[in-house]
Amino acid sequence: MLTYLIRRLFAAAVMLVVIITVVFCIFFLVPKWAGVDIASSFVGKQADPAAVEGVRQKLGLGDPIYVQVWEFFKGIFVGRTYAGGGDTIHCAAPCFGYSFRSEQAIWPVLTDRFPVTLGLALGAAVLWLILGVSAGVLSALKRGSLWDRGAMVVALAGVSLPIYFTGMLSLAIFVFGLHWFSGTYVPFTDNPGKWFTGMILPWVTLAFLYAAMYARITRATMMEILGEDYIRTARAKGLREPVVIRKHAMRSTMTPILTMLGMDLGALIGGAILTESTFNLPGLGREVLLAIRNQDLPVIVGVTLITSLAVLFANLVVDILYAVIDPRVRLT
Amino acid sequence: MTAPLHEPTAEAAPSAAEEAAVASADAKAVQGRSLGRIAWERLKRDKLALTGGAVVLLLIALALLAPVITSLLGQDPNAYHEDLIDPLFGTPTGSLGGVSGDHLLGVEPVNGRDIFARILYGARISLLVGFLSALVAVVLGTILGILAGFFGGWVDSLISRVMDGLLAFPQLLFIIALVSVMPNEMLGLTGTGVRVFVMILVIGFFGWPYIGRVVRGQTLSMREREYVEAARSLGAGRLYILFKELLPNLVAPIIVYTTMMIPTNILTEAALSFLGVGVKPPTASWGQMLSSALDYYDSDPMYMVVPGVAIFITVLAFNLFGDGVRDALDPKGSR
Repeated sequence: MLTYLIRRLFAAAVMLVVIITVVFCIFFLVPKWAGVDIASSFVGKQADPAAVEGVRQKLGLGDPIYVQVWEFFKGIFVGRTYAGGGDTIHCAAPCFGYSFRSEQAIWPVLTDRFPVTLGLALGAAVLWLILGVSAGVLSALKRGSLWDRGAMVVALAGVSLPIYFTGMLSLAIFVFGLHWFSGTYVPFTDNPGKWFTGMILPWVTLAFLYAAMYARITRATMMEILGEDYIRTARAKGLREPVVIRKHAMRSTMTPILTMLGMDLGALIGGAILTESTFNLPGLGREVLLAIRNQDLPVIVGVTLITSLAVLFANLVVDILYAVIDPRVRLT
Repeated sequence: MTAPLHEPTAEAAPSAAEEAAVASADAKAVQGRSLGRIAWERLKRDKLALTGGAVVLLLIALALLAPVITSLLGQDPNAYHEDLIDPLFGTPTGSLGGVSGDHLLGVEPVNGRDIFARILYGARISLLVGFLSALVAVVLGTILGILAGFFGGWVDSLISRVMDGLLAFPQLLFIIALVSVMPNEMLGLTGTGVRVFVMILVIGFFGWPYIGRVVRGQTLSMREREYVEAARSLGAGRLYILFKELLPNLVAPIIVYTTMMIPTNILTEAALSFLGVGVKPPTASWGQMLSSALDYYDSDPMYMVVPGVAIFITVLAFNLFGDGVRDALDPKGSR
């Protein structure tokens, strides 16, 4: 178990370095090939040449790419001082970059937006796991029944609807038509009750899409597993059906679901861009979207990295849980 | 191998004879049926899948004929009809967002552009990006998946690690980021052309690992089968085995994953345009129409419903068809 853990951690660390490098290449090399000046996009299109030159010096854009990556990587752990163009800016320890446009470090912005996104993702995940998995299991057990068909039609519709459209529909109906919800976000620390009611629509909308996906996959996986030999063996040795389902079938069904959950949750924690922009929630996703609209490159780089980290972390947790659920994993 | 020389030919002969037998039986349509034939017969019985397929064909026809249809109706997707707009609120006059004989699905708020014409033109972008990005993903995924599965060793490790890495990436964010750092002119294309081109490449690039993994797994298991060994012992080269022995057996999973990938890609394109990083106005696209409708969901709900339903119908049709194709091609399914 310990060697397994160490190996997973090492793989995650390697992946982290790869991700930082790739993110850098996307944002610093690709525009270069395409003939776009990065320094000017850091300060704004209308900025004067002196300011652009200052940013170029501060970021060391003239240096080779690996030096730039290293400087950035170092900044995350020891902080970074940007010098050049007549002034110096200090960016404290977890330095994920500095926005020369809004003149602030990225890290505080990220930590400020993160709780909103985390609340959205976790709340929705609880909902969709309960709804999706139970609907999928029931459908698989009662294959071809009225329930199965009904659930699968709803699930098919669910995966075919863009989330921002269901979001807009629910806003139009429940906020403007029926006035059930206020449609504005209230931070948890201000008023937990209002935060909760404000999050119901985003949670349900997001969970509907994912519940539909999970129901379809759970049903398919469960049906395949119910056809396996070991299920027949379990039945043949006289186990009662609930025991066969719970102890034998469910356990194998949950492994692929867990993998999916890790990836989906990781991606959502890094910014549920569509949901947040539809419901106007001030999370990471909306932040990165605003940054993209303003061409504020450092913010985009920062959020992209945080998102990648979230996915990486979620995958690591899933890998560890895997080893707990499935003993075979530990041996290889 | 220590086997005597004549054995491989003896082993291969019955399989050739079998093939010939199957082929002649197929020609006479007595007993043996090809996989494609079985799949088609199953698909024919699946009414939902056929409906989905028919809707897909209709959508393709509408998209191709968009200029013809709009000119027949006397509408232009970019023509303003400000006379149909309430000057006070900026919303269309008349009921249901200005639906009339001229404007079948109403007009947009503020500038009064014909929604039906814009939906038709939007279909072209959606389908173009959906199909071509799936093509990019299929070509990349098939080639790299086969290479990984067939050669194994370090080639497999390298390709597999890249696939794992790509799947672990926050894709939408990367797609948005990549599309947004692209310039406005590239390779002789400008504006919408560049954006569509970049979207196709980027969506396709992030899609290939899904197909690549399946193809790799299939290749890995088929590489050791007897018919491949037979071909090898007959002196077939690697390329022959790859293209003549392995590839035909990969067609079914590739078709299934392609049909399931197209609706996902259509949703991604719509999402990108919704977020304002895909196709830019005045070019019509469904996602971008929905994004402008976000400001009017209380005053002009029709403007939001039309593109939303258009996306829904399109994706649903592809999903229904895709599910049907998957069931039809599944060897475990009932015949």
